[in-house]
Amino acid sequence: MDFELMLKVYPFFLEAAWVTVLLSVLTAILGLICGTLGTAARLSRFALLRFLGAAYVSLFRGTPALIQLFILYFGGPQIGIQLDAFEAGVIGLGVNAGAYMTETIRGAIVSVDKGQGEAARTLGLSQWQSMYKVILPQSARLMVRPLGVNLNMLIKATALVAAISVIELTYTAQRYIGSTYKPFEMFLLAGVLYMIIIYVTGRGVAWLDRKVQIT
Amino acid sequence: MGLDFSIIPKYFDIILLGCAWTIGITLAAAILSFFGGILFAVIALYAPWIIRQPFRLIAWVFMGTPLLLQLFLIYFGLVQIGIDLPAFVAGIIGLGLHFAVYNSELIQTAILSVDKGQMEAARTLGLSRPEALRKVVIPQAVRAVIPPIGNNMIALLKDSALVSVIGVSELTLSAQRVIGKTYRPFEFYLLAAAFYYVINLAMEWVQRRIERRISISR
Repeated sequence: MDFELMLKVYPFFLEAAWVTVLLSVLTAILGLICGTLGTAARLSRFALLRFLGAAYVSLFRGTPALIQLFILYFGGPQIGIQLDAFEAGVIGLGVNAGAYMTETIRGAIVSVDKGQGEAARTLGLSQWQSMYKVILPQSARLMVRPLGVNLNMLIKATALVAAISVIELTYTAQRYIGSTYKPFEMFLLAGVLYMIIIYVTGRGVAWLDRKVQIT
Repeated sequence: MGLDFSIIPKYFDIILLGCAWTIGITLAAAILSFFGGILFAVIALYAPWIIRQPFRLIAWVFMGTPLLLQLFLIYFGLVQIGIDLPAFVAGIIGLGLHFAVYNSELIQTAILSVDKGQMEAARTLGLSRPEALRKVVIPQAVRAVIPPIGNNMIALLKDSALVSVIGVSELTLSAQRVIGKTYRPFEFYLLAAAFYYVINLAMEWVQRRIERRISISR
């Protein structure tokens, strides 16, 4: 173990960790937006929207995120989409995470008892009102924990943007492994930072989960 | 530069070969992760404290860090300690170990949920503890976790794209190589995605069939 070297390169890893955090936050926001839209489509009254929603989930969950990222970043210019690596990373990972989140959000909504929606409708609430005032508040409680799992996966998936040269944690580790030939030390540095990010996020999710429970 | 899919047939065999590699690597890593998962579960539950605790720590690290980072560690780490494996072997080991840890979590829960009476009955019938584990408890536990393990295996297929980064010529890297010659990233990455999607659908189909069979025989 070369602690001296680890101390020397540690500031670069810390800087890279902030890029990973920023990537994770932006990706999570975009993922939630896509997940909400995807759910709305999958639960829509219109068959076409339902089909599009199902196709989105199936295609994005059925192919590697890395390939999706490559299509967007390298293939994008061919169809007039010019993005820098960071933007492509956020959009590619966000849309991918959105497909997984669609399933999570949809699952939470459909697992609220059907009678709840029917009762709300019987009491004179409109379709939208019964959704917003009765079903969503209940499903929100069920959503927090599985969305936390999505978030955990998403943070680890941000490592993929190293393959399109975004200078985040994994890219930094890779670069220093290449230049110092100390794979174990560099893995340890990056690994500890990833685990801190994931641990803090996990605590946040657990806190939120407690907060939204009734009892 | 617009799109031109007519260029695909010329390079189709390279992509197809990459596809075969992806299937082979996924299969090998899946087998490794299945038996590795059983082994890890037994170690995490039954090994002496001095082995069990460090082992759990390592498993925890593997679950908390990205697979790509782990692949770099395994590939370059093995070279550093003098083991110069071909990239695809390092890739299989990396993928296999990563998913073995995830499978192990599932199998541990399943082993603990097998009724205690099963172990007691087996011991009463004169089986030793390891024998009872191997012949009675584990087979029941594994059967219960086949559906979630199937999900892990489908995730493994998609994550096998990551081994392209350490230079394994599977589907993704094959597409990359063709793109290097043709400068047509959109077409060939899309083609690669289509292949992954088809393999994915096939795996989901197999998974559904196995699940149906298990639910009947219960």
